[in-house]
Amino acid sequence: MVGLAPPLATVLSGDPRDRGGPLQPLLLARHLRKHFKIHGGLLGGSKNRVHAVDDVSFQIAKGETLGVVGESGCGKSTTARVLMRLIEPDDGEIIFDGEALGGGGGLSLRELRRGMQMVFQDSYASLNPRLPIEETIAFSPRVHGLGRRAAGMRARSLLDRVGLNPDLYARRYPHELSGGQRQRVNIARALALEPRLVILDEAVSALDKSVEAQVLNLLMDLKSELGLTYMFISHDLNVVQYLSDRVMVMYLGKVVEIGEVDAIYDDPRHPYTRALLSAMPSMDPDQRTMEASLFGDPPNPIDPPSGCRFRTRCAFAEAVCETAEPALTAPESGISRSVACHMSDPASGHSHAGARSPFASDRPQ
Amino acid sequence: MSNNLVEVRDLTVRFATDDGPVAALNGVDFSVAAGEVMTILGESGSGKSVTLRALMRLLPLRKASLSGTIRVGPHRIDQLDEHDVAELRGPLISMIFQEPMLAFDPVYTIGQQIIETITRHERIDEAGARARARELLERVQIPSAERRLANYPHEMSGGMRQRAMIALALACRPALLLADEPTTALDATVQIQILLLLRELQRELGMTVIFVTHDIGVATEIADTLAVMYAGRIVEHGPVRTVLRAPAHPYTRGLLASTLKRGMRGRRLEAIPGTPPSLADLPPGCSFAPRCPSVMPSCHEQVPPLTAIDHTHSARCLLAIPRLAGVARAAGGRSYSAT
Repeated sequence: MVGLAPPLATVLSGDPRDRGGPLQPLLLARHLRKHFKIHGGLLGGSKNRVHAVDDVSFQIAKGETLGVVGESGCGKSTTARVLMRLIEPDDGEIIFDGEALGGGGGLSLRELRRGMQMVFQDSYASLNPRLPIEETIAFSPRVHGLGRRAAGMRARSLLDRVGLNPDLYARRYPHELSGGQRQRVNIARALALEPRLVILDEAVSALDKSVEAQVLNLLMDLKSELGLTYMFISHDLNVVQYLSDRVMVMYLGKVVEIGEVDAIYDDPRHPYTRALLSAMPSMDPDQRTMEASLFGDPPNPIDPPSGCRFRTRCAFAEAVCETAEPALTAPESGISRSVACHMSDPASGHSHAGARSPFASDRPQ
Repeated sequence: MSNNLVEVRDLTVRFATDDGPVAALNGVDFSVAAGEVMTILGESGSGKSVTLRALMRLLPLRKASLSGTIRVGPHRIDQLDEHDVAELRGPLISMIFQEPMLAFDPVYTIGQQIIETITRHERIDEAGARARARELLERVQIPSAERRLANYPHEMSGGMRQRAMIALALACRPALLLADEPTTALDATVQIQILLLLRELQRELGMTVIFVTHDIGVATEIADTLAVMYAGRIVEHGPVRTVLRAPAHPYTRGLLASTLKRGMRGRRLEAIPGTPPSLADLPPGCSFAPRCPSVMPSCHEQVPPLTAIDHTHSARCLLAIPRLAGVARAAGGRSYSAT
């Protein structure tokens, strides 16, 4: 059916927290925008703005994993922080299981954070160094009204669940753990309020490969046991493909392509997605990369180019790309992805528009 | 003397810390032929960066004790005094780092720093050095090189700074380039540009390169030979194709099995259980034995020797000794599946 992730049925049967029904996306983000002012100039007046997140809309279905990829400055981490309201957006709307955040009678921030939790990249900086890990995990359940004993028991059972024996580890401090163990603690902490959506922001990026595999296995187990929904942000395209049902590709604060993971990895339509995927190092010494797909660095998000933001590095840029900003193509049934590129819009006036994709010749049949 | 540019024998490095000695390197042996790209693959704490720093003699003298021999060209690096080593840094051995912002001096321009390096080692006037600096920036494909010479490091983007650092490292035409994770901090589309540039420069200049990385994909793109390090030892060494396709050490096999490739979605990863041992308290035998799926009682008794599998490929594992491998199979030792 239309965009329903397979584990959905099992997720929804009997979850008393579900309000909107199976077809209601767990999270709907509409027109999120966050510009940071930069103070400069002689009198310290603000001159420039970093367009960190610019009119970003997407949804996450119940039980699915949405991967978010893009290079530094593309706005993937700011998007996550705006969703958690760690950063106040300039504009936009967040709807969690049918209920809008804020406004009269809407979802309160406290309720939102009970349903949505986050794991950060730096496992050490995100734990309180002066609290034993058991108390760190028990902290938010206590804030949300659970008694001391009950919160402690929940913390210990979560430690057990993420593979740390509570008898051995509960009273340890963060500096007494390895990076992989600390990230397990951060995952346990994120689960302490029994959230439905977990945002993982580069959560395995700092780990060594052998430990990363352990944590990825843990994340998969937790997802199926607890019926979780994930938003998985990473610069590692292999990890995103491994975990995700759908992928969102961002460039300079914009969504350039979003859709089913296989559709995007097998047949990327946006020239940036294509360049990003072909920059992945080869895993075969006889099939080494011979040519870089892009030259230069991603441009500075302070003064993004007019029109399409990728046009300054795009081999197919034409006049229309400078004057008009491409919109994401509307999602239709049977179509597995949306693209923000004039070449995918038959009415744009781009010479490659509609009829033939310039990539068609080398696309796998 | 052989045609190896680099020969390292029984290199051992101990760091003195407040909590006692840390065994960072525990008998590292390798040779690199002139014009070869050897890649050292390892996780954090495996000793890959310490090996590079030992080759350049950059380890802090007061805290690090070093034994073993290091020969680069005709020079015994381990025996030279500080002044002689400084003379060789640049013309013989040069190094690029993960974070160019920390490698450059922030208060001098890129041009000043390259020119200083050239005039420090060669009899050349300022104008000649400046012309060479511009050529170097062009060679690493920095657009408008003349203008960029006047840039301070912070005025450049990350990829541009990494190119400038490569130019600085090549300023005195080193025979040996040491690269310590030079692409790790870069974005994907920039990383591949830098790898291609290094490959091209290495070929053109016939340089010998020792490239350190934790990323198998990066190693695959650049390596001729691959040395896998674990807990301060090289556990496997051979041509990159052989090591990736027919890994002989259980750690290499585990690392390859837990590395994500296309088409693995939904499948459970074969993670290596546990974590690497503490370098302050290494197990007496094979350091990988506590995590190894094929462990035998004798693995705990002594450190396995680096055993030749053929004339180019070797592994530090008892299973690489044919006689013992038979014993292990009979005892029903497990191993990672091939895919």
